[in-house]
Amino acid sequence: MPDLLIELFSEEIPARMQPRAAADLKARMTDALVEAGLTYAGAEAFVTPRRLTLTVEGLSPRSAETRERRRGPRVDAPEKAVQGFLRATGLSLSDLSIEEDKKGRVYVAEVVTPGRDAAEIVAETLEEVIRRFPWPKSMRWGAGSLRWVRPLKSILCLLSDEAGAEVVPLEVDGLRAGDVTRGHRFLAPEPFSVTGFEDYEAKLKRAHVLLRPEERAERIRHEAANLAFAAGREVVEDEGLLREVAGLVEWPVPLMGEIGTEFLDLPPEVLRTSMKEHQKFFSLREPGTGRITHFLTVANIEAPDGGAAILAGNRKVLAARLSDAKFFWESDLRVAREAAMQPWRDRLETVTFHNRLGSQGDRVRRIAALAREIAPKVGADADLAEEAARVAKADLTSEMVYEFPELQGRMGRLYAEAAGMRDEVAAAAEEHYAPLGPEDGVPEAPVSVAVALADKLDMLTGFWAIDEKPTGSRDPFALRRAALGVIRVVLANGLRLDLDTWIDTGLLRHKIELHRAEAGDGEIDALEDVLDEVARRGVFGAAWCAVLDARRDEGRDGGRPVPEDAPVLRAVGDLVPDLSTDLLAFLHDRLKVHLRAEGLRHDVIDAVLAMPGSDDLTLVVARARALGAVLATEEGENLVQGFKRANNILTQAEEADGVEYSFGADLRHAVAEEERALFAALDTADAEIAPALEAEDFARAMAAMAALRGPVDAFFEAVQVNDPNPILRRNRLNLLSRIRDTCLQVADLRRIEG
Amino acid sequence: MADERPRSFQEVWQRLQDYWARQGCAVLQPYDMEVGAGTFHPATTLRALGSKPWAAAYVQPSRRPTDGRYGDNPNRLQHYYQFQVLIKPSPPELQELYLGSLEAIGIDMHLHDIRFVEDDWESPTLGAWGLGWEVWCDGMEVSQFTYFQQVGGHDCHPVSGELTYGLERLAMYVLGIDHVMEMPYNDPAAAIPLAYGDVFRQTEEEFSRFNFDVAETEILFRHFEDAERECEAILAHPAEDPKTGRRIVMAHPAYDQCIKASHLFNLLDARGVISPTERQAYIGRVRTLAKKCADAFVATEAGGWTAAAEAS
Repeated sequence: MPDLLIELFSEEIPARMQPRAAADLKARMTDALVEAGLTYAGAEAFVTPRRLTLTVEGLSPRSAETRERRRGPRVDAPEKAVQGFLRATGLSLSDLSIEEDKKGRVYVAEVVTPGRDAAEIVAETLEEVIRRFPWPKSMRWGAGSLRWVRPLKSILCLLSDEAGAEVVPLEVDGLRAGDVTRGHRFLAPEPFSVTGFEDYEAKLKRAHVLLRPEERAERIRHEAANLAFAAGREVVEDEGLLREVAGLVEWPVPLMGEIGTEFLDLPPEVLRTSMKEHQKFFSLREPGTGRITHFLTVANIEAPDGGAAILAGNRKVLAARLSDAKFFWESDLRVAREAAMQPWRDRLETVTFHNRLGSQGDRVRRIAALAREIAPKVGADADLAEEAARVAKADLTSEMVYEFPELQGRMGRLYAEAAGMRDEVAAAAEEHYAPLGPEDGVPEAPVSVAVALADKLDMLTGFWAIDEKPTGSRDPFALRRAALGVIRVVLANGLRLDLDTWIDTGLLRHKIELHRAEAGDGEIDALEDVLDEVARRGVFGAAWCAVLDARRDEGRDGGRPVPEDAPVLRAVGDLVPDLSTDLLAFLHDRLKVHLRAEGLRHDVIDAVLAMPGSDDLTLVVARARALGAVLATEEGENLVQGFKRANNILTQAEEADGVEYSFGADLRHAVAEEERALFAALDTADAEIAPALEAEDFARAMAAMAALRGPVDAFFEAVQVNDPNPILRRNRLNLLSRIRDTCLQVADLRRIEG
Repeated sequence: MADERPRSFQEVWQRLQDYWARQGCAVLQPYDMEVGAGTFHPATTLRALGSKPWAAAYVQPSRRPTDGRYGDNPNRLQHYYQFQVLIKPSPPELQELYLGSLEAIGIDMHLHDIRFVEDDWESPTLGAWGLGWEVWCDGMEVSQFTYFQQVGGHDCHPVSGELTYGLERLAMYVLGIDHVMEMPYNDPAAAIPLAYGDVFRQTEEEFSRFNFDVAETEILFRHFEDAERECEAILAHPAEDPKTGRRIVMAHPAYDQCIKASHLFNLLDARGVISPTERQAYIGRVRTLAKKCADAFVATEAGGWTAAAEAS
């Protein structure tokens, strides 16, 4: 069984594209080889800045011969049809046999496709893969027409077995495959030939190239830790940066240097961000204080002076960068201390958030209003929450955040502290963005929670109001992340929020802004009254009716009537409930995805979402967890079967008879002992479930429901529901209806699958 | 390779010039108009179009009004020099040739850390883009290296390789200077040694004031409109010259107007009178001119036009 080695040697491949390219080369080559009839034992792909490499072990030397029987035209078919069949199969008339089938006597051909040598298949496959490689961006060079990520310089393609190695004959746009590669650009530029993968990897290492990305990353990690340790420092871990840097070098040589003392007062995150973004440096910190005092760069070369010249150059570039950062920091601090960030807040008015949703200043006003309203529900002081929301976005127009957008929030906190604001306000400036990713922590301080929820709900309701919802993979405003943020903030803090209220409030506030210019007399007034009323009544529908009724009454007394022709009012009144339902459904979808991670089935969640109070996510999850737990028991699982049986029989009977069997079953008509037992069991369950639900003790309610399993099973075992006696039958159907009602108080078991 | 390090700013670009001349490039002189970057020189923008081979190198004074700092900033200037190389088709060993040029100015590849870091180049005003890298030396960007894919909306066939060196920054690095104004411009041992600041500090100051606060925006807007109109008018003339009876497509005169419009836009931008939305519109207007000039150039002989090809 031969082994295959491929190397596509090019000018420098962008680091961010490397991992994907290695995976694509492996998948596309092996898929195509298998498609062409070869098998293989294993394959692995590697990538460095200058080469993409694939090794395939235990490739079959030839593809197998295949035979295929093909039915042709009838023997008495026109000559043209027969000739066509011969052309298609590549056979002559004498090669065909004749068989009898339903159509009559037909020609049958046995088409034999001979096996092919692996080399031939590899050559064909590789050329195809090269020509159609899925680079995110590719280019042409020189006078050629081939496309690659950067100019492709050479192709190495070898098949090797015990007998030796052979170059696969292949030429792509004038590049002829060979057995030759090159080492490190500066340390070992001479070409050399190889005989197989082991030889290749070993020779590359001698030529100062570490082929495996993870080996390069490991060397960086290891040597960086040693250098840091020797200086009494520790490396600030950054896996993303490590991967990127490992993609920029073939022979990593970490070098450590000190940061100039004049920069040591900069906040650690500023030092870290500036060094990482501009220079791709790692940061080294002092254990204990957390101060960043050193940088670590990864050179691609072992220099005879031990890297002194390289370090000197890097230190100089860093000094220029950090001078900029220091300038930003100091001038920002002046704005924070002397003007309480007011100039930045003013500038937010001129920064567009979204062309239909107004400026960042408009957004801040909306968030502040919403944060104030949410505050009492999350245990925050309303004034503080509003103040925090008004400050939370100020840093967006600071010089530092303009330069390093990823420092938003973090700088906001530092500047708010410098401005002497309350700790809760400063903390919210940073924490209200959280959680940013699935691993990111969730704010817990009440003021931060209020602003975080207001921020995310304003985003969601805003984009819903202008119909810019995420579709498929398109989510340019990261609304899925915002929705997950709401869910996690609510759940982690055990918040009891009727989200409907806040969704309606947000939507309505956006709609008012969107229509302010075109609205007729009194329309905006009326909508603002509805907004106030939503805060009192909790939901849009009730608030809407209350306001409109009141105005109708006032109108009679010459007060503020509802305008006769109020198109905006009508449109908003029609639209908000639908948008609100749709947005809550979106949140429910994200909730399902979130809960799937903890193993809760989507049908369990559906069974709970069908219950009232589905906008109270904490309640939903408590109920779903209890239901999930009871369904995992044998009792619970069987009860669901019993419930479904009862429900099916009942539904069929109700449809057939055209009546609803909900009059209540009568114990007097209970004949069998099992029937009487079920009456008793239902009484017990009802007595238990109602107070348990009242107390939101879902586990107890579920247990009481599951306890019905025995009596229900026994009932079905012993009793025929469709008894010939119509009185007995009706009573039993009414009994089934009680089972259904009892269970449906707890969860909508009809939605449980299986 | 020169075994000594250069001693002055001018020696850096003289060595680059000599090096690329030895590699067979025609050494041109700067274009005699205000441009934002060496790429605007017709020897790059227009010559990257069409099928005819080309190899040129030149210094180009470049202006970026918004970068003016009154001569105070150690690195930023509103007027600076770029060294530009354009070779079509891009030769297979262009990276090695480029590294040779760094050695020519005294950078020892074994002592320094040279890296090719992804940088895709795009010029919205020229309707041009290419793929390549910024080249880092010890963590500092010293050049841009681009394979042109499209210019003026035309696909480049063959592809040109473009190298751009920021001369001040590169020279400061090679000479070990921290503030640009302190860099020796000529040989420090000369009878009259001149520093960069002796030559340019005052002009930086003057132009910073002019660019930011004085340039009359109404005149600039008017000139922009004029240049735009003139460019279109030049291109509207028929190819055949009624006086000589020859076919003369005036791609270069039209392109001069496009360069003018582009610089006027930069000045207006520095004056802060163009809002973000208008900005896109102005860039689009310059791009439209650049595209029309490119269309005109490929209808000239230098752009690969032949009577025979047109007839067929």
